[in-house]
Parts: sequence; C-alpha cells; structure tokens
Amino acid sequence: MLSIPVHYFLILGAILFGLGVVGVITRRNAIVIFMSIELMLNAVNLTFLAFSNYLNNVEGHIFVFMIMVVAAAEVAVGLAIIVAIFRLRETVHVDDIRLLKW
Amino acid sequence: MALESILFWLFAMLAVGGGVGVVVHPNPVKSALFLVVTFFALAGEYVLLMAHFVAIVHIAVYAGAIMVLFLFVIMLLNVQEESRLAGVWGFMRYFSVVLFVALFVQLGYFGYQGFFGAENVPLVRETEIGTVEQIGTALFSQYVLPFEIASILLLTAMIGALYLSKQKLGLGEPARAARVKEALHEKEEAH
Amino acid sequence: MVTINIGSSDFAAILPILVVCAFGIYLMVQGVLAPRIHKLTLAYIGLAGIMIAMVSNFYLLGIETDRAYFEGMVFVDKLTVTLNFIFLLTAALCLLLMTSYSEQEEIEFIEFTPLILFATAGMMLMGCAESLMIIFLGLETMSIALYVMAGFRRFNRFSLEAALKYLLLGAFATGFLLYGMALIYGTVGTTNLTQISAYYSENALNLNVMALFGVALLVIGFGFKVALVPFHMWTPDVYQGAPIPVTAYMAVGAKAAGFAAVLRVLVLATGQAAFEWSQLLWLLAVITMTVGNIIALVQSDIKRMLAYSSIAHAGYIMIGIVAGNETTVSAVLFYLVVYMFMNIGAFAVAGIVSGKNEQHVDIKHFAGLGKSQPMLALVMTVCMFSLAGFPPTGGFMGKLYLFKAAMESGYTWLVIFGALNTLISVYYYIRVVVAMYFQDSKESVKMAAVLPGVGLVLLVTLLGIFYLGIFPGTTLSLLY
Repeated sequence: MLSIPVHYFLILGAILFGLGVVGVITRRNAIVIFMSIELMLNAVNLTFLAFSNYLNNVEGHIFVFMIMVVAAAEVAVGLAIIVAIFRLRETVHVDDIRLLKW
Repeated sequence: MALESILFWLFAMLAVGGGVGVVVHPNPVKSALFLVVTFFALAGEYVLLMAHFVAIVHIAVYAGAIMVLFLFVIMLLNVQEESRLAGVWGFMRYFSVVLFVALFVQLGYFGYQGFFGAENVPLVRETEIGTVEQIGTALFSQYVLPFEIASILLLTAMIGALYLSKQKLGLGEPARAARVKEALHEKEEAH
Repeated sequence: MVTINIGSSDFAAILPILVVCAFGIYLMVQGVLAPRIHKLTLAYIGLAGIMIAMVSNFYLLGIETDRAYFEGMVFVDKLTVTLNFIFLLTAALCLLLMTSYSEQEEIEFIEFTPLILFATAGMMLMGCAESLMIIFLGLETMSIALYVMAGFRRFNRFSLEAALKYLLLGAFATGFLLYGMALIYGTVGTTNLTQISAYYSENALNLNVMALFGVALLVIGFGFKVALVPFHMWTPDVYQGAPIPVTAYMAVGAKAAGFAAVLRVLVLATGQAAFEWSQLLWLLAVITMTVGNIIALVQSDIKRMLAYSSIAHAGYIMIGIVAGNETTVSAVLFYLVVYMFMNIGAFAVAGIVSGKNEQHVDIKHFAGLGKSQPMLALVMTVCMFSLAGFPPTGGFMGKLYLFKAAMESGYTWLVIFGALNTLISVYYYIRVVVAMYFQDSKESVKMAAVLPGVGLVLLVTLLGIFYLGIFPGTTLSLLY
C-alpha cells in the first residue's frame, strides 16, 4: 500500500501550473513562453492523473493522452511559425517581435 | 519514512526546481534543459500514481520528441540570452504574478483540504487502471470518437506545419522577391 | 474482451462532420496527385463538400434527437443542427471570399481548403459536444487550423506575427481551460456534461471551492477564445494581421464556436455554478461592451475597428448568457446568425476596398465609395447600420431579443448599459458611412474587381440582414 496522500500531487500540480503562468507573463522570449505553456499542460496532466487514481476511473488517463497529442501538435505548428518568422526577417532575436505588445 | 514518500519528495523537489529554472533562467537553452529535468521528475510522479503506461509515453513524447524539437529550433535560430525581463507592462506584470501565485496557493491548500476534509485523507491506491490493457480497451471502445478526432487534429497540424515551413514552389526567387517587396513597403511606411 | 457498442446511428449523428472531414482529406490528396489542377477548382470542390454537409445536416433532424451518441460523446438536438448550419454557412461564405481574395494575393488552396474544412469540423464538434473531452479536442482542431490560417500570408511579417501571437495566447488560454476541466472532472468524477449538470444542480447550495474554481477557469479559457475583456488583447493585432477572409472566419466562426461551447457548458451543464459567478459574468459583459466600443471610437484601420466592434458584440452576447433563462439559447443563436451576416458583409467590402496586399484598409480609403461603387457602399451601409442596431435590420432584432432575455431575468441595469453602449457604437459605425457618402477621395484608390463569388456573398448577407430584421419570428422558431 502506498502511503502518499492524493492531494500532495494536486498541490504539486497547482504549484507547477502557477509557475507556468508566471513564466508566460514575465518572459519576453517566444520560445521560453512556449516552454512555460508546456509546463502548465504538464501540471494539468498531473492533476488529471491524481484525480484518476483517486476516483479509480480511466477517463483521466485518456484525457492525458489527448492533452499530449494536442501539445505535440501545438509545438509543431508553433515552432513552424517561429521558424517562418525568422526566415522572413533574417533576425535571430526573438525580442525583436515588437508587434507583440500584450 | 517509506521509500515511496522519499521518492515523492525527491521528484517533487526536482519538478519544482526545474520549473523555477525554466521560468527564471535567462538562457533559453538552459531553460529547455531545466524543462527536461521537470519532465523526468514528473514521469517519476506518474509512476508513483500507478500510471505506468502514461509515464512511459510521457518520456517518449515530451522528453523525446517535444524537447528535441525545442532544442533543435533554439540551436537553429541561435537564440541569445534575454537582455531584460521586464516587459511593456512593468509593474502590472509583477502584480499579476503575485496575484496568480496567491490564487494557486489558495487553490492548492484550501481547495483540496476542503474537498477531501481534514481527516480521512485518501491515499494513493494500488489500481490496475493505468495498465496498457485497461487504457487500450477504453481507448478503442468508449473513447473511440476522441481517438479519431485526434487523428484529424494531427493531420491539421501536419498540413499547417508543412505549409508554413515549405519553400515557395518556384523555389527561392518569388520568396526573395516577396521579401524585397516587403522591405520596400516598410520603407514607404517609414516615410 | 473489448465490446464496441457503436452502430450506424452513431455515425449518422456526426454525418456533417464526417462529410467535411472526408472532403478535407480528399482535397489534400487531390492537390498532391494532380498538381496542375486549377487552384480554384480545389476551392469549388471544397464548397461542394460544404453544401453536401449542409444537406446531410437536415438528415440529423430525422434521427432520434435529444439523446447522446457514441457512448455519451456527442449530443444531437435542435441546437446541434442550428449550430452546424451556422458554422457551415460561415465556412462557405469565407471560402467564397477567399476565391476572390486569391486574385489579389497568391493563396495556395491545396492547404487552405483542407484547413478551413477541418476547422469547421472542429467547430461542429464543439457545437454537439456532450463530453468535456470532445469540447477540448474540437476547440484545438479549430484553433490549430486557425493559427495557420492567420499566418497564411507567410511572406508578410504582420500575418506571421499575428499567427504567433494568436498561438501563444491561444495555448495559454487552453492551459486554463484544461485546468478547469481537470478540477471539474475531479469534483464530479466524469467529463460527461449531463452528469456534470446533474451534480451541479444537486449540490447547488454547497458547492466546494474546487467546483467553483473549475468553472471560473473555464470562464477564463472561453473568455480568451471569444475575446472578452480583459482577455481580449490578442484580438485587434490578430484580426489586423490575418488575411481578410480569414479574419472574417475568425471573427464569426471562432466566436460562434466559443459561444456554442459556453452555451453547452456554462448554461446547460454548470448553470448552477455559473449562477454563483453571475455577478462576475455581469461585470465581464459590461466591461467587454464598454471597452470594446470606446477603443473602437479612435481606430482608423477598418480591420482594427471591426475587431473592437467584435469584442463589443461578444459583450452583447454575454448579456444573453448572463440572463440564463429559457430564452437565452434562442436569443444567442439568433444574434449569432445576424452577427455572421453583418460581419461577413463588412469584411467582404473591406476586402474589395483594400486592394492588392491589403494596402487600403484605412477608413479614409472608403471616401467617395458612394459615388464610385454605389452597390458596395450600399452593402457596407446596411452592415454598419445593422451592427449599430438600427431597425429594420437584423442587428436591431438580435439586440432586442438579447435585452428581452435579460429583462425577463431582472437584469435591468445590464440592459441599460447595453443600450448606452449601442448609442456609443453608433458614432464609429456612422463614421464609415459618412466617409463613403459625404467625403471625396483625395487619392484614387485602386480597388479589387468585384467577382461573382464576392457578389454572391454580398447578396446573401444583404438578404440575410433584411430577412432577419423583417421576419424574425419565423427564424427564431426554426432555430431552437
């Protein structure tokens, strides 16, 4: 029998999600923002798996698979966009994307 | 302390430490490597949650495919360190950071405590739901529609990524012409 | 032993989606196998696919409605059929606009047609979702296609940066949405919307923090997708950078899909929890309307102006959502149909006036249009009057139904704010009309030719706006 309370995992998920949000808000580099978003999605995965174990229900596992699929697809498209921008503008500094005024 | 508890705390420290590294390290390459650390630590947490198959897939997809793609693009583009962290918003940005952290600490602490109740805390249970057989059965019976939609989604992403990164069919020349035109246009706008 | 309880009626329930996806895959293969095929042929095959999907949509009325299919994954009711119709019509009109836009700018239909078809399939999935998983997957299929479509002028930096900005903020919003879904899954124990609805109505009085927090995160996630203030900051830049037909598609289709999901989740499923947040939603509606309208006052670029106007219109639709009574769904659906016609009409005219490389997108370029192109000016005038909400256009009736729904639930102040905002908005819509009829153009603007495709779009929007304005009752009873 394992002796770890389920909500430890949930709190870990909340912390990681918060870290990801902080990364998206504070960083200026498009690639690092993207990595922070991956961190958020992983926090969600952890939350889903913890709930799945607590409920003894397989749905959370399936949802995690779907999130992984979407994350991979988003990364492929996102990095393609970033590469296209750099090819067009022949600049290597992501900070130069000045139109990104949030 | 049981072995599982020690492993949990070890992986949790690694995951949070890696996450902090991703967020604060100015060098994107090192950020990416910190993210790899987080991914491996999370795979450990998944194993502790009895989600063995997901843990393996997680390593293969995230640490194997996604991170390689990230590192590849970072190296290809030769991205340099960020000169400054503060953006346009300045203090609003930090205010929102504090707000988010407060919100999520509140969620993590009170939310889950309230949900499970202070006593009688549920422990991680030993189950079979994380096995390949269980997941495969569910995926191809009840969840067959999401599974098929995922294929359409991947196809969409594939078309999109191919379109954005392909050269023009005329190869080179029109692309350069477009770039020159763009530059002229920008010059016009500047005047 | 795996038992699969899926019959032919399950496939009938998603027939329009299947048709659209099949045409998407076929067009992709066709474009590769026959590279010399005329590019417009691909677009017309895509249009034919959308038409067939529309016909097959009527088939949904014939099967057993008001029940779930695919083991509780999709739900077929009148709302599903109406939403499918809205999404398919939007896609058809925008594809027609794209065919004429391709005269001004080189567009590769080999990729574009499958992308718009898959995006439409994603929207339709959101409209018929019965599980949070389907909402998420439909949303992402739509979003990923839209990220690429926003960057479709891939040798233009504005277009690509619009795509990047849309992608980063869209993925950020997806994170919130997913966290909300995870919390709701944890509280309820399933992602099935009917069971979630049952849980929320049973425990309406003692919902715990997790359940409420989950709904709040869903509101944030959907708020990003439908551009509610303060989650709207991507809208003007993305609308400005994307090609005009894609902007029209985003402004109408993506917003309608977002509101479809909001209707399914916030109104029909977690209505009880949304009630707890109704003060917050009230505030969101007021802020969204006011900020959208006030910033639109000072815009000189027509695309940015329409972007802020679309934010304001999301606020008007939120009035109906906040009302949360039995007239909500029909009022919101009616407004979405009207909104589709008037926005696509406005973007179609803007697309013609902008000319090559979208150089003339300023409102001053509309000067003298009333003399040089009276028909175009007429359509633009009707669209602007409808957006501002003058009778006898559809925009007036749409606002009337939304305000009526809010009045029935006793949200008098919300209606007063809505009416005040309508007054503010008149100023910037009329500005375009004044420019067209009462100002002379200083420079000769070279416009794109009005091709038959665009002519058809303009005709359809004109008829739609007037039909909905003069005979709203028949349409309303058909919708829901």
